[in-house]
Amino acid sequence: MNEVALLIAATLASGTPLALAGLGLLINEKAGILNLGAEGMMLVAAIAGFATAFTTGSDTLAFIAGAAAGGLLAACFGALVIWLNTNQYATGLAVSLFGYGFSAFVGVGYVGQKLSERVPFEVPGLAQLPFIGPALFRQHPMVYVTIALIGASMWFLYRSRGGLVLRAVGESPESAHALGYKVRWIRLLAVVAGGALCGLAGAFLSVAYAPLWVEGLTAGRGWIALALTTFATWRPLRVLFGAYLFGGVTMAQFALQGAGVNISSQLLAMLPYLSTVVVLALISRNPAWIRINMPASLGKPFHPGA
Amino acid sequence: MTNRSKRTLVGWACAATLMALVGCGKKEEAAPAAAPAAAPAPAAAASAAEPLKAAWVLLGPIGDAGWTHAHYLGIKAVEAEFGDKLKATYVEKVPESADAERVLRDLAAQGNKIIFTTSFGYMEATVKVAAEFPDVKFEHATGYKLAPNLGVYDTRFYQDAYVSGMIAGAMTKSNVLGFVGSFPIPEVLRNINAYTLGAQTVNPKITTKVVWISTWFDPPKEAEAAQSLINAGADVLLQNTDSSAVLQTAEKNGKYAFGWDSDMSAIAPKAHLASNVVYWGPYYKKAIKDVMDGSWKSSRDVWGYKEGANGVIKIADAVPEAVKKKIEATDAGYKDGTIDPFMGPIVDNAGKERLPAGQMPTQEWKDKVDFYVKGVEGQVPTGK
Repeated sequence: MNEVALLIAATLASGTPLALAGLGLLINEKAGILNLGAEGMMLVAAIAGFATAFTTGSDTLAFIAGAAAGGLLAACFGALVIWLNTNQYATGLAVSLFGYGFSAFVGVGYVGQKLSERVPFEVPGLAQLPFIGPALFRQHPMVYVTIALIGASMWFLYRSRGGLVLRAVGESPESAHALGYKVRWIRLLAVVAGGALCGLAGAFLSVAYAPLWVEGLTAGRGWIALALTTFATWRPLRVLFGAYLFGGVTMAQFALQGAGVNISSQLLAMLPYLSTVVVLALISRNPAWIRINMPASLGKPFHPGA
Repeated sequence: MTNRSKRTLVGWACAATLMALVGCGKKEEAAPAAAPAAAPAPAAAASAAEPLKAAWVLLGPIGDAGWTHAHYLGIKAVEAEFGDKLKATYVEKVPESADAERVLRDLAAQGNKIIFTTSFGYMEATVKVAAEFPDVKFEHATGYKLAPNLGVYDTRFYQDAYVSGMIAGAMTKSNVLGFVGSFPIPEVLRNINAYTLGAQTVNPKITTKVVWISTWFDPPKEAEAAQSLINAGADVLLQNTDSSAVLQTAEKNGKYAFGWDSDMSAIAPKAHLASNVVYWGPYYKKAIKDVMDGSWKSSRDVWGYKEGANGVIKIADAVPEAVKKKIEATDAGYKDGTIDPFMGPIVDNAGKERLPAGQMPTQEWKDKVDFYVKGVEGQVPTGK
């Protein structure tokens, strides 16, 4: 029973960076912008966060720095694709490549450094409950913040006027423009918010999860987060479940190995990806699911007055 | 380590392609300025004054604090040794693909007289380019294909793992050790087995749990695997992966672990029991000296403690004095050839004898290790 609790706890932590980055990309895509630069933004944020935590000893500042770094890089991306109408795919890839190289460059001095010790966080009272305590209430605060952010984004996107405008910009920027909305600025805001969320994901990896800095730390999680938005058919709650599913399958296969269950580790390593493909295939069987939720203008540049 | 060819970061093909694109950043070490060869000097004199050009093809960034960093330290060591008689060049982050061939051809055409390729996955590229440049010597790390101008070299990391096992056996409270493995290839299996056998010399009740992560480098995943081992009751961990994440996870959980590839003592002062290190410098010195003397021959060289290529360093104060004594004796035994971690009897975890009592394992035997020794839980994943 105790092992199951620990497995649940590990799953929540493992899924958190994916959920954060996936949510950020979802907000981008709801506004019609596809940002393939997630990996780069996460890496730049990871080193910014690690460096801040190393220098100041404050995790809060580290997360702020990570979000700022991710947001800043996203703003550069946004300026390029929104005003200069550069190709979103190519620019996003460039951001990934740049982020990888840049983070490695500025991070050289931080390889092999360690952060000062942190007191493990526990939710007061609840953490002492049997089973539920170790499973759910002894996580890094960012795990709970992520769940709150998912909830907030659900309210924002589907229950608030701002969310409606954002979605309108992603569905039909021409109509939104005709109604007088500043399509470009709204898109930029969405891109920066998305970058900041990817930044939180990167900082979580380097400051709380690993916690260390080394070149290429994120090891492809930005790409998984990108796949996650499609997997979730652009619904925030499904992003969260998708992230936990991915984290859960990864952790479950480690736990099985640790328990001495004899399954091919290559097969187990494949499972998270296999489950993603299966779910994608199932979702795609119903075209309406995709059509209803996929922003109609995703990846298309907008030329006002054209 | 062997089989770096599998070292794609994550299964995502696009991610791998990107990484490949990111790579190829070429750096020339600022070598001591090659004295501008006096033009009128006779050819023989000019060649005597010219430094020997040597080049390295590296898999990761030199700042990886692991595998590639260890090679980089080796390059620094030969630069210090030979001074302006040597001009060392290295190329970082060379993908194990057709790009490696292009980089190798480039380096050979630039007049490098000896080229080291530092990862298993460069094997085919090295063999091919070596055939095209018969005057250039090639040295391939951890491979097995030889040619008249191509030699291979490797180290005995399992000697380190065995010593770490002794420490682990003395320090464990749960009698369960943990190992985070990359790929189930002979090299990694040797290390798992040596770790377990070493521990059993101190504490016969030891069992080892193994978790495979199917990558050499993914710090968050290494941390997750370490956490799952700790959750399953392991309290001293060793890893055959490239970051310090396992060590840091042990620190977070109040358990013990080791450094791998390089000195990681500063990263986790409480959890760190010792660091398993590899020194490539001595071998690089010998190979370059041989090329300078004209005595270089193609051969397979596997170096260990005896040649100064391996060592377990920064052993923690908490380790009992008796174990430290035992380790000193083992070091001496490695050096005079009387101790080998795989000296018979070796019994696998299904009870089958793999090497009779009293018999020393041959290199060929070690090359083919495909089983867990008694005390390791589970079965070697075969993919079948």
